[in-house]
Amino acid sequence: MSRPRPRREAAETPARSGASSASAGFSLGNYLTLHAQALIATLGQLTRRPFATLMTVAVIGIALALPAGLYVLLSNAQRMIGGWEGANQISLFLKSEISAARAQQLAGQLRQQPTIAAIDYISRDDALEEFRRLSGFGEALGALTENPLPAVLVVHLKREVSEPARIEQLLAELRQRPEVDIAQLDMQWVKRLYALMAMVERAVIVLASLLGVAVLLVVGNTIRLAIHGRRDEIVISKLIGATDAFIRRPFLYSGAWYGLGGGLLALLLVEFSLVVLEQPVHNLALLYNSGFALRGLDAATSALLLGGGALLGLLGSWLAVGRHLRDIEPT
Amino acid sequence: MIRFTNVSKRYEGGYEALSDVSFHLLPGELAFVTGHSGAGKSTLLKLIALIERPTNGQVVVNGQNLAKLGRGAIPFHRRNIGVIFQDHRLLFERTVYDNVALPLIIAGFSPVEIPKRVRAALDKVGLLSKERAYPITLSGGEQQRVGIARAVVNRPALLLADEPTGNLDPEMSWEVMKIFREFNEVGVTVLIASHNVDLIGRMQSRVLRLDHGRYLGDTPAARRMV
Repeated sequence: MSRPRPRREAAETPARSGASSASAGFSLGNYLTLHAQALIATLGQLTRRPFATLMTVAVIGIALALPAGLYVLLSNAQRMIGGWEGANQISLFLKSEISAARAQQLAGQLRQQPTIAAIDYISRDDALEEFRRLSGFGEALGALTENPLPAVLVVHLKREVSEPARIEQLLAELRQRPEVDIAQLDMQWVKRLYALMAMVERAVIVLASLLGVAVLLVVGNTIRLAIHGRRDEIVISKLIGATDAFIRRPFLYSGAWYGLGGGLLALLLVEFSLVVLEQPVHNLALLYNSGFALRGLDAATSALLLGGGALLGLLGSWLAVGRHLRDIEPT
Repeated sequence: MIRFTNVSKRYEGGYEALSDVSFHLLPGELAFVTGHSGAGKSTLLKLIALIERPTNGQVVVNGQNLAKLGRGAIPFHRRNIGVIFQDHRLLFERTVYDNVALPLIIAGFSPVEIPKRVRAALDKVGLLSKERAYPITLSGGEQQRVGIARAVVNRPALLLADEPTGNLDPEMSWEVMKIFREFNEVGVTVLIASHNVDLIGRMQSRVLRLDHGRYLGDTPAARRMV
């Protein structure tokens, strides 16, 4: 009896032996059940403290809604000017003494050029009519004795004419024509707008990254507090054989729930904001004679927002759990 | 079942809780560890449950040299040991049922198995009717019995109890001891740290005596101490 007994000894003692816990065994079914239980249990815990949970979810939701909302506005703006991208066009404002017949003749000549796809002729009367309709200054125009607007030839260049040097050359040629008062390349401001949009896009990415970090910190801090609040439970669980993974699990799921809730709130905030903006945008679009309407988050982006939120929550709690859980050991 | 070989435990600051302790507890034994407070009883139990590690010497539990168990193996080691604390260490915001079920949930028992085992354990300590109650509504003795139910629900081969009757009146203490003896009679090895000399005497069990961290030897079972 002086030597330590082999480990088998316990296993061979029936019923009451230490091997009984082996009867729990490892099965995938049990493992998944364990996860499902933790998932549901943590949701239950969160809903039992609705106010505290909502506060955290609200902070995350607002932090996620900002970049998401900006992204929606940006993608709408891109869609709006997207239609102009192919519009390589030059507006020729004709001198006021040029008659309608002369203008038509010029248009005919230009149509022959190989670089030009089409010409729209907007007569002085048409221009006036359009201005009256869209500008809202119709009444004021009535006071004028004479139509102040010039006739315009809108020159649509062929698609293959794209390099700036070629277009500049063409622009110079058109400007030389005696009938032309001003020749204006309409692409210029579209290009500037694009540059602006690229800048805003970058800004949205920077903002999203910063706010993503903020979400990590918010979730991390909330989970840190939760860990301290449940210190006794952690100690007791460790004493009766809980693995680190078992103890970690509910905190990780809480973090994911927070993130998912935040993502959902962000989604609602963005959609709500769009509803608020819808009418003014519609009015503005009408003024520009456009059928443009705001488009909300599509399914993929919504899924990204929800999934990204949950992932950020998970990551935030993972950071907190990694830092604080090891410090709690039974004594 | 438990073998200590020249075990010392020195805490930070130089306080030596155990010095050069050697003893052997056989499977199926029921024994007490006794001594005045500060004699090292709790430390001895903590070394067995791997709550502490020895500074020197070797602890073997159930054939396993504990020095060879890494951090990751500790939970699985503890699942084979039921531990009962003087302060019960129950979760007060959970029902009696949930407290007792916790070791089974931790060990990954199937949801079908858990209720059966929990009710069996509660039945053994006579608290089946209280499964929906919260620990705070129970008496000290009942709380301790919940603690015992939780310790045995896993059917461990070894039960450790640290001053299990410390806060109980003599009658309740005797009830708790009878429960320990019942477990021992079906083969569970039981080691109880206690300084309750009367109770130890009545149990007629083996007694390991500690004094200032030193092992003074033991009184074999069935020789009355009173």
